[in-house]
Amino acid sequence: MSEALPAETVLDVKNLQTVFFTNSGLFRAVDDVSFTVRRGETLAIVGESGCGKSVSALSIMRLVPDPPGRIVGGSVTLEGTDLLKLDDAAMRDIRGNRISMIFQEPMTSLNPVIRIGDQIIEAVRLHQKVSSKEAWKQAVDMLRLVRIPEPERRAREYPHQLSGGMRQRAMIAMALACRPALLIADEPTTALDVTIQAQILALIVDLQQRLGTGLILITHDLGVVAQTAQRVIVMYAGKKVEEATVESLFETPLHPYTRGLMASIPAVPSPDAREDVRLIEIPGMVPSLTKLPPGCAFAPRCKLAVDRCRQEYPPLDEVKSNHWAACWRAGEMAEAS
Amino acid sequence: MTEQRPLLEVTDLVKHYPVRGGVLRRQVGTVHAVDGVSFALGTGETLGLVGESGCGKSTVARTVLRLVEPTSGAIRLDGEDIAPLSKTALRPYRRSMQIVFQDPFASLNPRMTAGDIVGEPLSVHGIATGAKKQERVAELFQQVGLRADQMRNFPHQFSGGQRQRICIARALSLGPRLIVCDEPVSALDVSIQAQVINLLIDLQRKQNFSYLFIAHDLAVVAHISHRVAVMYLGRIVEIADKHELFANPRHPYTQALLASVPIADPKAKRSAPLIDGDVPSPINPPSGCAFHTRCRYAIDRCKSERPALQAAGSRHQVACWLNDGTGRDE
Ligand SMILES: Nc1ncnc2c1ncn2[C@@H]1O[C@H](COP(=O)(O)OP(=O)(O)OP(=O)(O)O)[C@@H](O)[C@H]1O
Ligand SMILES: Nc1ncnc2c1ncn2[C@@H]1O[C@H](COP(=O)(O)OP(=O)(O)OP(=O)(O)O)[C@@H](O)[C@H]1O
Ligand code: SF4
Ligand code: SF4
Ligand SMILES: [Mg+2]
Ligand SMILES: [Mg+2]
Repeated sequence: MSEALPAETVLDVKNLQTVFFTNSGLFRAVDDVSFTVRRGETLAIVGESGCGKSVSALSIMRLVPDPPGRIVGGSVTLEGTDLLKLDDAAMRDIRGNRISMIFQEPMTSLNPVIRIGDQIIEAVRLHQKVSSKEAWKQAVDMLRLVRIPEPERRAREYPHQLSGGMRQRAMIAMALACRPALLIADEPTTALDVTIQAQILALIVDLQQRLGTGLILITHDLGVVAQTAQRVIVMYAGKKVEEATVESLFETPLHPYTRGLMASIPAVPSPDAREDVRLIEIPGMVPSLTKLPPGCAFAPRCKLAVDRCRQEYPPLDEVKSNHWAACWRAGEMAEAS
Repeated sequence: MTEQRPLLEVTDLVKHYPVRGGVLRRQVGTVHAVDGVSFALGTGETLGLVGESGCGKSTVARTVLRLVEPTSGAIRLDGEDIAPLSKTALRPYRRSMQIVFQDPFASLNPRMTAGDIVGEPLSVHGIATGAKKQERVAELFQQVGLRADQMRNFPHQFSGGQRQRICIARALSLGPRLIVCDEPVSALDVSIQAQVINLLIDLQRKQNFSYLFIAHDLAVVAHISHRVAVMYLGRIVEIADKHELFANPRHPYTQALLASVPIADPKAKRSAPLIDGDVPSPINPPSGCAFHTRCRYAIDRCKSERPALQAAGSRHQVACWLNDGTGRDE
């Protein structure tokens, strides 16, 4: 493979490995995970609690707490530069400049004692030499861009004076103020009400497409994935177990875990839906990362498991064109569908 | 219609909280947490309660159980109004009403074994002790899909889904007729939620409980409920059979709520417009129809007069001035 990246690739993560050293032993929170994000594209990362979504994001940002965590392998290439090779100062320049991150709880990244406008100015001025008047104008423009009503007034307010939805918008304004190449949104709407969630998602996608930002959207909500992403990766116990375009994933999921996930969520009833369909359960529970079974980590919960699954970890194969799955029986499933 | 007397009948339920401020902690305002809610719940029926954060769902749940004292209104259980009853007079009714909370981690005592947690209400109400209690607890464990040998384990030795099973077993221990579920699956992983939802449905089929079921996930509520009530700022704005509500939502807020739910199908495109703005504060709720500040159809009347819940077709009620009572579009 050639080293040169296709022009539109913003981020190229290869064989990322992040481990934690804890009292109960060492475990791989992110185990050999690779993916790319293109300009203006949304890549969704889904999977259950503890499967490594946030640690993947933190690894890209080089914000994994060390100790107990450490990135022990792979590369994270942003616009041609391997971030894992940069020194701390160079990495600080990248953060909040070329990559921004939006967290679930806006109050964790908003400073409660600084006015909203001034916080955005900080983000603007960190990487742009402009007069304070110009910076303030840009901050107000950003608030207007994220559709905060009366942006001049709101810019002069403190975070606690804003509603939850407005705070999340202010955080988006801050994250985009520097026009990053890559935006990572980790459960950006989970804490919000559904009507506000819909507004915020529509806003993120609209801005991201207008500004050409690459977006990594971390969520456990398959509805959000279907409505916003172009490509999806599914993680289970630290590994990428499936990757596909959003259409292909929802049409023919090729990993039993993804299938289980889709069957286990209730659908909003439609007039033609059958009455009282029973939800399909995924039996058992997520394994502890310190005590992973040999072979496929999903085997103890998988209806399709065969002996081989309990011995050898299945490789991530391109089962259909542009659709990868790490499952010994994905080929059969693809044929059957 | 030949309706039996409902198990639970709530009429004009109101719960106001004082807002205090200043150094003297004087009352400076009132939170209209629940502001005139009425509904009925039949035996073996599940009523879902949906609405945005702070609209009063948990407050309804807790006042119905008298865990929170209502400001006014009637709460009839089997025809008996329990709202004015004293703590002692309430005791026999407590057994029939139980609650399952959102957070199975916070609601279990970490120093008690799972068996003792489930058996505690049996001793407190003097129903069973010793071997008889152990036997009943083992039976409850089996009903919720846990093994009897797990009675000796402590909460931290269980997964989230299993802990919620323990909470459900405890709620079942006194043979209740009404179980209030306040966000029972919200804290669980997606792949575990289905286990708990199926369990609740199976138990209801076997034992004919009534559920008052609260969740912010509309799809979950729709799946488990027979009827659904939509709340906005302390009031029910629409209530109907679930299929009717989803097929034919009449209230502009319900329409917006349904349109906001992201559908897990990339081919399904959003149809209806989204609503703008945030939910107003329940401290000074808007006059007239509380939704008028966000409603695309608002007319002058909406700002000054509050619409009452009115019939809109069969078993379907809506509180909106646009409703002409026929359940059809003009
Ligand atoms: N600072 C830390 N110290 C020790 N272990 C950690 C730390 N941060 C994360 N982990 C562990 O790494 C694994 C992956 O965590 P991660 O936060 O990436 O999960 P996630 O997929 O984002 O889950 P969620 O959906 O709950 O946010 C988990 O087992 C978690 O317990
Ligand atoms: N003890 C209290 N004192 C003062 N206000 C309260 C109290 N309990 C609840 N409230 C207020 O009453 C309103 C209704 O709260 P409630 O908890 O019933 O909402 P909810 O619909 O359950 O919301 P959520 O979906 O966030 O759980 C909110 O504005 C809340 O802040
Ligand atoms: S490899 Fe085997 S156990 Fe793993 S998901 Fe595929 S069929 Fe199931
Ligand atoms: S009463 Fe008026 S403001 Fe309220 S929902 Fe109906 S049309 Fe909208
Ligand atoms: Mg996370
Ligand atoms: Mg609540």
